[in-house]
Amino acid sequence: MTVTEIITALDLEVIHLADGEREIDGVYTGDLLSWVMGKLSYGNAWITIMNNVNVIAVATLADASCIILTERSEIGDDVIAKAEACGVNILRTAKSSYEICCMLGKILNA
Amino acid sequence: MADVLKLHFDVDGDDFTSAGEASADVKKRLRLMGYDPEIIRRVSIAMYEGEINMVIHAGGGVADVSVYPDKIEIVLEDKGPGIPDIALAMSEGFSTAPDTVRSLGFGAGMGLPNMKRYTDELHIDSKVGEGTKVTMIVNT
Repeated sequence: MTVTEIITALDLEVIHLADGEREIDGVYTGDLLSWVMGKLSYGNAWITIMNNVNVIAVATLADASCIILTERSEIGDDVIAKAEACGVNILRTAKSSYEICCMLGKILNA
Repeated sequence: MADVLKLHFDVDGDDFTSAGEASADVKKRLRLMGYDPEIIRRVSIAMYEGEINMVIHAGGGVADVSVYPDKIEIVLEDKGPGIPDIALAMSEGFSTAPDTVRSLGFGAGMGLPNMKRYTDELHIDSKVGEGTKVTMIVNT
């Protein structure tokens, strides 16, 4: 399933879409950046409430397929600019990380 | 064994927002050189953790990356306070990062463990009061 497909399926807000055709290969959720870097696998969708600029560096270096910000986590212009510069897909929802995990689990395992 | 590529970076000690730029640059170059994505990921993450450590604990430092035909070597050097107990610092979850750093999502005590996890070799030379030199090797 691609990033564009999950945007539609989960009704996600698009903050920045660099590559909608990127395949989602599994899911990881977590807010501690070093922990995420140690555990997130290549192509995972990363679900988090963490919203600072370092999130973009982590997603870039760990090669997440997209970031899904939950709980409508506020995001600054500097973070969006960094996402644009680094080509990171960044999406947002009002739902909790748990709700999004459950929904993604259903559609990815269907 | 001839060097293919040598890169040098100054890591700014005051700026969390620019931390990761050196790793991102290395990642971009390795991708252009056609390396396997997982090798690139391992090098990038290990180097980023090292950069962040230098920003958090040492007021910055320098990073040197050498790309050899069979391995990639990353050397990080700082003139920070040094690590009094390297074995303790290597334990997952152990951190001396201040709360300000934790609020950014760092300081989970996973930096050095991640550097070990993602590299084939990790050597740490540290002297309290003088600084730390970290050498990491990823075989390609």
